[in-house]
Amino acid sequence: MQKRPILLTMLDVVSVIMLAISTYLALFYAPTELVMGDVQRVFYFHIGTAWTALLGFIFAAGAGITYLVTKDLRWDRVGVAAVEVSTVFFLITIMLGSIWAYPAWNTWWTWDPRLTSAAITELIYAAYFMLRQGIDDVEKRARFGAIYTIIGGISAPLTFMSIRWAQSRTIHPVIIGAENATAKGDFSMTPDMLTAFLFALLAFTIIFIDLLWNRIRLESKQSEVDQLKMKVTN
Amino acid sequence: MKKQSPPHPPLTINNSLSSNHPSFLKAVFAILQKDISAEFRSRELLSAMLVFSLLVILIFNFALELDVKVRQSITAGVLWTTFAFAGTLGLNRSMAVEKDRGCLDGLLLAPVDRSVIFFGKMLSNLTFMLIVTIIILPVYSVLYNVNLFRLDLLGVILLGSIGYSAVGTLIAAMTVQTRTRDVLLPVLLFPIVISLLIAALKVSNGLLNGAEFSEISAPLNLLIAYDVIFISIAFMVFDYVVEE
Amino acid sequence: MIQVNKLIKRFGLKTILRGLNFNVQPGEFVALLGPNGSGKTTFLRILASLSRPSLGEVKVAGYKLPNESAQVRARLGVVSHLPLLYPDLTAEENLQFYARMYGITNYESRITQVLQMVGLEHRRKDIVSAFSRGMQQRLAIARAVLHNPEVMLFDEPYTGLDQDASEMLDGVLKSVAAEGRTVVMTSHDLVRAENLATRFDVLSRGVIVASAASKDLRKTNLLSFYKKALQVEA
Repeated sequence: MQKRPILLTMLDVVSVIMLAISTYLALFYAPTELVMGDVQRVFYFHIGTAWTALLGFIFAAGAGITYLVTKDLRWDRVGVAAVEVSTVFFLITIMLGSIWAYPAWNTWWTWDPRLTSAAITELIYAAYFMLRQGIDDVEKRARFGAIYTIIGGISAPLTFMSIRWAQSRTIHPVIIGAENATAKGDFSMTPDMLTAFLFALLAFTIIFIDLLWNRIRLESKQSEVDQLKMKVTN
Repeated sequence: MKKQSPPHPPLTINNSLSSNHPSFLKAVFAILQKDISAEFRSRELLSAMLVFSLLVILIFNFALELDVKVRQSITAGVLWTTFAFAGTLGLNRSMAVEKDRGCLDGLLLAPVDRSVIFFGKMLSNLTFMLIVTIIILPVYSVLYNVNLFRLDLLGVILLGSIGYSAVGTLIAAMTVQTRTRDVLLPVLLFPIVISLLIAALKVSNGLLNGAEFSEISAPLNLLIAYDVIFISIAFMVFDYVVEE
Repeated sequence: MIQVNKLIKRFGLKTILRGLNFNVQPGEFVALLGPNGSGKTTFLRILASLSRPSLGEVKVAGYKLPNESAQVRARLGVVSHLPLLYPDLTAEENLQFYARMYGITNYESRITQVLQMVGLEHRRKDIVSAFSRGMQQRLAIARAVLHNPEVMLFDEPYTGLDQDASEMLDGVLKSVAAEGRTVVMTSHDLVRAENLATRFDVLSRGVIVASAASKDLRKTNLLSFYKKALQVEA
């Protein structure tokens, strides 16, 4: 058993501090948005989790490719960890969005292109866990998991495009980039909001890396335990 | 039982038979032809897909109350849903046949590239889907008094079925090797093919409602892009699905 | 004809083959004996190019695995305990299909030849699902020798066969071997192995623990040799 790396403990501490600061910035520092009021403050974490989750899915696909090339089970652990943390983050994104949507659109859920593609993306990764559960052999589980993260990573943007065409009108606000005439709840950011926003992105990226690292370590411990069990039974 | 020690002409090893490799296309068509002859004898797969498709349409008929007005906007949706569901039956069956009697090993032992097996199976899955389509379209046309037997619609169905059978064959080759295979196939497949289905649906709907080409060109491009992307992906990763 | 050097095969955490060395001269008929779980089937699957070695060198018919697997496969015939036949096709259609997969031209005469060899020419047009287990197994042998392979691998070919069928299979396997092919057969049936093989190797816990030529075994008998080999290991 190797000891817990100092760097990881430091990262844990930094993550907690970042989360605290980011919460402060979102709830107190950033000004209250004029039209939406306080509920708009959800936006900072909404984007923070969404951004890291989507990066995490891409990262998992990268880990999948690396696993297939190297056949090193460590990359499988990285892949599972990334998908798991990202799936949870993305679920938080969807739930925060829902909380915001209720006062903004007067409904918890609507079949808007972004919401629909988010739901489908989440389903792809739910299916990923079911696939892994159905396979006993460690090596095969890693192999099929890797393949599915690659397919999923390619499929997600295609889904987004197709749904965008199917329903050309969107009511989801686009804060970064183009103005959206049909969006409900759109707003433009003040400099203070921008600070809180950028900090949230940074904070969640660090939190994501920290959770990922911890999760990978957990997975490694698990495989050590399995190995020891195997030795005992032999 | 009489003891059989049949006479046979002596063979010499290393004769002309031993080191041939079949051409890529010949081997792909050998798999396709094998699947078609087996299917024509048992008719298990096609009959199941056909009966299932008709049942789905029947259920839609009652669930959505397909009167003239509703039908116009929903026909394409009913058709694509039917194909998607019926397709999983075919995919499951066609891979299970290979897996259960060790035939997949038989294919893997042949001196051909792994991708031959993928394209062979994909082509036979595609063929079965198209046969189902060719039968379902006129039946639907008769039942609801619309003409669906149109060349442009068939083209879209062909494009959609190509992408569907490419991803489907790849995923079915994985799920057939898992414990919960029949359950797992639709769960893994549907979130991936949803973009294909939406694009195909959008184009079909446009065609049926006489839309301008500019309206359907974007989803049509996506449909083609999907086919190209997923055939290439499957081509690249299929090795990893069947190796140990 | 077969050279295996320090072969290691791992499945995830389990190590099945632990530095196995194995050499077969052209024309030898080697019976690979060993208890369940000793790695016989895994080893045969590696020789058949169906499974990749984790470490070590494997050469079959002068070609390296896994890099030159297509060349190996063209010179290799495999009979396993599964028939590898399509039940809805006739005997002839099955053989035609495999002939095309092996790129054999003018396969009709060759099909007649192999069907005669296994004594099934009168069932040529019959559907395989109507065949008895023993007939299916003989047809499986016809399929395996179709492309006239130099090396043949039999994985427990007697599984599920009754006495008569086994005796008939003996005859067919003998005639296959008599054509100068190199054969490796796994079996846990010592009596059957004794009839056929020219050499006996005992596999236990992923390594070959004993090897003896059949002519040297006449004095002792195979069973005591086998038991002794396994005890030495334990």
